[in-house]
Amino acid sequence: MIHSLFLVNPSGDIFLEKHWKSVVSRSVCDYFLEAREKALDPEDVPPVISTPHHYLISIYRDKLFFLSVIQTEVPPLFVIEFLHRVAEMIQDYFGECSETVIKDNVVMVYELLEEMLDNGFPLATESNVLKEMIRPPTILRSVVNTLTGSSNVGDKLPTGQLSTIPWRRAGVKYTNNEAYFDVVEEIDAILDRTGTTVFAEIQGVVEACVKLSGMPDLTLSFMNPRLLDDVSFHPCVRYKRWESERVLSFIPPDGNFTLMTYHVNAQNLVAIPVYVKHSINFFESGSGGRLDLTVGPKQTMGKTVEGVLVTVHMPKTVLSVSLNATQGSYTYDNATKVLVWDIGKLNPQKLPNLRGSLSLQTGAPKPEENPSLNIDLKIQQLAISGLKVNRLDMFGEKYKPFKGVKYITKAGKFQVRM
Amino acid sequence: MGVGRNVTVVYFLLSLVLLPVRMSLVELPEPSVSIPRDVDMSSSPTRNDDLKEMLENNKESLKLEAMKRIVGLIAKGKNASELFPAVVKNVASKNIELKKLVYVYLVRYAEEQQDLALLSISTFQRALKDPNQLIRASALRVLSSIRVPIIIPIMMLAIKEAASDMSPYVRKTSAHAIQKLYSLDPDQKEHLIEVIEKLLKDKSTLVAGSVVMAFEEVCPERIDLIHKNYRKLCNLLVDVEEWGQVVIISMLTRYARTQFTSPWREDGVFDENSERAFYESDEEKTRDDTEIKPYTMDPDHRLLLRNTKPLLQSRNTAVVMSVAQLYWHLAPRNEVSIVTKSLVRLLRSHREVQYIVLQNIATMSIQRKGMFEPYMKSFYVRSTDATHIKSLKLEILTNLANEANISTILREFQTYVKSQDKQFAAGTIQAIGRCATNISEVTDTCLNGLVLLLSNRDETVVAESVVVIKKLLQAQPSQHSDIIKHMAKLLDNITVSMARASILWLIGEYCERVPKIAPDVLRKMAKSFTSEEDIVKLQTVNLAAKLYLTNSKQTKLLTQYILNLGKYDQNYDIRDRTRFIRQLIVPNEKSGALSKYARRILLAPKPAPVLESAYKDRDRYQLGTLSHTINTKASGYLELSDWPAVAPDQSVRNVEVIEPVRIHPSICTALFHFCPDSPPSFFHISCYCPSLPSEKSSSQSEKSSSESDIEQKKKKKMKKPPQKKNVKPPNKDRYQSVMCKPNSWVGPGFGACVCVCDFSSCRMNLLRPHLFSRRLSVSGPAFVPEKSHNLLHRMTGKGLAAQYQFTRQPCLYQPNMVSVQISLTNTSDHRLEQIHIGERSPAGLKIHCFNTIEFLEPDASVTVSMGIDFNDSTQAANFQLCTKEDQFSVSIQPAVGDLFLAVTMTEQDFRKEQGKLQGMNECSATITVTAENTSSQPLNRRVAAMANVGVVPSGQDNVHRFAGKTACSGAVLLVTVELRESSAAVITINTEKSVMGSMLLRDLKKSLAQA
Repeated sequence: MIHSLFLVNPSGDIFLEKHWKSVVSRSVCDYFLEAREKALDPEDVPPVISTPHHYLISIYRDKLFFLSVIQTEVPPLFVIEFLHRVAEMIQDYFGECSETVIKDNVVMVYELLEEMLDNGFPLATESNVLKEMIRPPTILRSVVNTLTGSSNVGDKLPTGQLSTIPWRRAGVKYTNNEAYFDVVEEIDAILDRTGTTVFAEIQGVVEACVKLSGMPDLTLSFMNPRLLDDVSFHPCVRYKRWESERVLSFIPPDGNFTLMTYHVNAQNLVAIPVYVKHSINFFESGSGGRLDLTVGPKQTMGKTVEGVLVTVHMPKTVLSVSLNATQGSYTYDNATKVLVWDIGKLNPQKLPNLRGSLSLQTGAPKPEENPSLNIDLKIQQLAISGLKVNRLDMFGEKYKPFKGVKYITKAGKFQVRM
Repeated sequence: MGVGRNVTVVYFLLSLVLLPVRMSLVELPEPSVSIPRDVDMSSSPTRNDDLKEMLENNKESLKLEAMKRIVGLIAKGKNASELFPAVVKNVASKNIELKKLVYVYLVRYAEEQQDLALLSISTFQRALKDPNQLIRASALRVLSSIRVPIIIPIMMLAIKEAASDMSPYVRKTSAHAIQKLYSLDPDQKEHLIEVIEKLLKDKSTLVAGSVVMAFEEVCPERIDLIHKNYRKLCNLLVDVEEWGQVVIISMLTRYARTQFTSPWREDGVFDENSERAFYESDEEKTRDDTEIKPYTMDPDHRLLLRNTKPLLQSRNTAVVMSVAQLYWHLAPRNEVSIVTKSLVRLLRSHREVQYIVLQNIATMSIQRKGMFEPYMKSFYVRSTDATHIKSLKLEILTNLANEANISTILREFQTYVKSQDKQFAAGTIQAIGRCATNISEVTDTCLNGLVLLLSNRDETVVAESVVVIKKLLQAQPSQHSDIIKHMAKLLDNITVSMARASILWLIGEYCERVPKIAPDVLRKMAKSFTSEEDIVKLQTVNLAAKLYLTNSKQTKLLTQYILNLGKYDQNYDIRDRTRFIRQLIVPNEKSGALSKYARRILLAPKPAPVLESAYKDRDRYQLGTLSHTINTKASGYLELSDWPAVAPDQSVRNVEVIEPVRIHPSICTALFHFCPDSPPSFFHISCYCPSLPSEKSSSQSEKSSSESDIEQKKKKKMKKPPQKKNVKPPNKDRYQSVMCKPNSWVGPGFGACVCVCDFSSCRMNLLRPHLFSRRLSVSGPAFVPEKSHNLLHRMTGKGLAAQYQFTRQPCLYQPNMVSVQISLTNTSDHRLEQIHIGERSPAGLKIHCFNTIEFLEPDASVTVSMGIDFNDSTQAANFQLCTKEDQFSVSIQPAVGDLFLAVTMTEQDFRKEQGKLQGMNECSATITVTAENTSSQPLNRRVAAMANVGVVPSGQDNVHRFAGKTACSGAVLLVTVELRESSAAVITINTEKSVMGSMLLRDLKKSLAQA
């Protein structure tokens, strides 16, 4: 299946290689680097490249390319999904997934990769099983390790791998038993220039942080599970129970994990929390233009809209901007032609406004098209779909856990066409 | 062990002496690249010497440090092969991390240093026999990863042995090893197929994915191996780990296409009734009407579809995709659409996932618009999408366009045309063109829209529009002379050669519709001919020729001028074309018969180009595959066969599921009198399984017992058609055990006994006593207490009474569990249904439940076995025993002695172990024993009754030794009873589990001092 893995940084250097079968020369990456050169943006590199003897499947994540070499037919998603798991695992272990972190922990990353695949076939991808074999670094442990010369490789054998619930290790103990659930909803929307919704939907995810001792069996129920149109679950969730009773019943993994993701039925009209009044004009002469943007709250269910951030991809000919923001601050990157306006909290009484002039490349024709706006926002304590957690019950353990649910609404891919 | 190691070391020293010669060849000067941190320095040859020194040092920490640096080198792709001899020496290290790093190194370089690699083999061979399953597995993993042809026989042997290992994890590893060996030596195929065949029968979910992977790699053509395992694989699927699911699903897709008939009926609509018929197949009448139906789905086919459906909810995108393709290739037409929602969900995932999913949707949407039409808006393009994602979305939107939604789509396209990404805008114009040809209602609208785009400021957009308009006009040129005129005017401004060429072609083709403009265009082109691109020149020549034929009066001179220019062009294509055209159109004495036909040749009506999707023919590849993505056959791609016209024999999938044999108590007694003297080891008893041919003669009574039951079974069979029984998802490890007890041994009171066997599994797992003898570990218990404890009183249980007993056998479900046998009796006057285990506490408690007992007739009793992981503590296991109506909380309290497993050991080993367990791990007491316990036999019995320990043969008369290990952690327990004068005795217990040790000591004290 997966023959080799190369990690490539943005400047095209290979800084880690791992082979699960015989060694493949790194010159195979040249095909990829060529495609990388051709693409204007790293995002545009095709994920699957075929070369005379191999197939290259790559993902671009956190400014790094994870490039795998394949020799025979394999479902491409299988490889892509696995590569993303590798990136997530690095993120999980070291807090971030970057070239420096990987280089600093090269041995541990290599050991992890060794455990994750056997002969190119995934062997242990559950973070909990991996952590049993190779303990993630902590400050305390690295101090102890330097003093005692011990290491991060667990001397225990990965018994989790043998159990029927590989996502949970045995013998978990906490002094404070707590379970937190974050219901995070993202609004994906496209609004046209008049402000009408072209397309809107809500994608939600239930993130959990469960720190419970022993082997708790949890049941989470919703007030209004009918809202959920399409769901996907962490393997721990018992699908049968969901089918029959619409409750989530599961023995949770230890720590942070994504319990479920869901999609809210698009038939229910999606509340759009903000509106944007915008006007952008370029003078006929082609030497400049004017921009005027106002953002205001729309359907917010009485909550405040925070963390509002407007991103505008300007036409290539816009050289510089001279704007005046009544709230927040703006930056314009001339290289990428991106205007970012960081507004912060929306105050309904005094609407933030950004206006001013744009100067264009002299001699260039008036830009034909208007840019589109991407909006980022956050609303605390609100799930915009109206989804509510009803209760969380725990079975199988005697103690009383502390339980908490938090709701957040965010903008996902929220785009306004100007 | 010691001897083997010495040999290795000696060999090593030898090899070290020989080494310098080799080394000098290997040490290449490393390029001095600045690499951060510690690792970089080691790339210089002198530092490598350093590393070698560190490796030869006695300090573990130095060795470890050196190994880390070396692995750092490997990770960077640097050559570290010259350190091989120094590294491989540490292969037997006790330090786990060091060992792991050495393994990493070994696997990487063994191929290059085959001779030296052989030195490590003995270490692995030894580890293959380790009592710990994880060590066995990792040894096999590394051994099979060493690509050294000379050890193929060793690998083969190891694989074969591991394939019948007790631990499913080791068996999984052996499945992986099969593939490795196959790629190393394809000649081993036949032997490997045997192993695969054996592993396919495995019931563990851990093994299933890996062995199917091996099957796909080694012998995908041996579809016959799947028959018997088909239903099992379908039923296990949900519990298999996610990566295995992908592989199994794709294999089953291929399988199903060869074994079932097509569910895609010609008449289109799938009959709802026949589907329902399956679900109600218990009833007689539906069987009748299935025979009338021309098509009924094979129940196995349905089983596959039904069991894969829940996986659409998986978080793993590859699993979702593989289920989607399974439905696409196997499900009746009206059921395919259930995958839509899940596929659309995947579009929320990473860019690369989107790319693959969109590609597959593009292929699907050509054939089945309806599937994705409701989700059309999910394919709307965002300005932030990557280019390839944009064009795929465009493709899908075009595929989805129909009369009803075209206006929405066109409105959306209008936005895209204005996009800053010009390539994408051009793609949109092509898409508009396709919509215009496909949907005749909007052709004019589209054409008008495109004409408007001709005045766009961007060249690419205009050029693309021209090309698309050209194609559209060709389809219906009659009404559009004004568009052609408009385009002729544009010629002055457009510089993109393809667009200019297109306009020229259009004017030439329809020159009779624009008689005034055409000669003028030719005039302009004649002026600029020399500075045009080749493609424009060619079209100018074409235009000239066509005009010469239709309007020679006005254009004769112009044409000759252009032909003269073309004659001396630098490009030979243009010179060729010019010569050809001149001969064709200008009649002279030399020109042949062709010039007569010049008009018919040049002005022949040309068929309009068909605009179609690039994904049209992609469905020749199985969806979701690499071949589908790259649109060429990838190596190792397995074709999906067409449906067979007639389904092959269905019965090949029938597995002889042997019904649980109910044995009447009296017969049970008779049966077990066959071996009144043998110890109740389950290996032994499993020999009585009736299906084992060799034992048939000795099991006559068994037969009669099943006969007595036949009537009951017959009744059942009347109700259900036999095949249905097999379809019913059996619980994974149902009847994996053979739990029988000789009545005479247990004594009276053991009223009812049920022999529950699945003979196929017992043949596989249990009849391998050598496995045990080899590892010296667990032996049968020396004594099984006959006392059974009350679990549930019949009064509290509303008629259900339950008793439990510790069998002291190694638990079959999981090695760390204690096996408990429960006999349930129905003392009420009505049938009790669905007896099973409900919630349990503490929550961490792992119980291997017995299977739900469907019903228990009044006065009948049944014995079931279950495994409980007490985790080496005497804490009671609480759980609920449920019937259909009630739930009863019950608890099982183990005595400390029941938490051990007897172990056989030699006296020498005993001493050695005891030496390790001194100090804290030892507790002892002096007692006065009763007179009868001073002789060895009663004493042995007393101790064995108290704890499940094995007797260690002792050289001294007054010292008695016993050995055992704890069930959960496998910690060794050693008991020594030393008899002294005047009936005094010293009991010593050595074990890591000091709490358990002292508890046992207390019990033993009591027991031995008892009168």
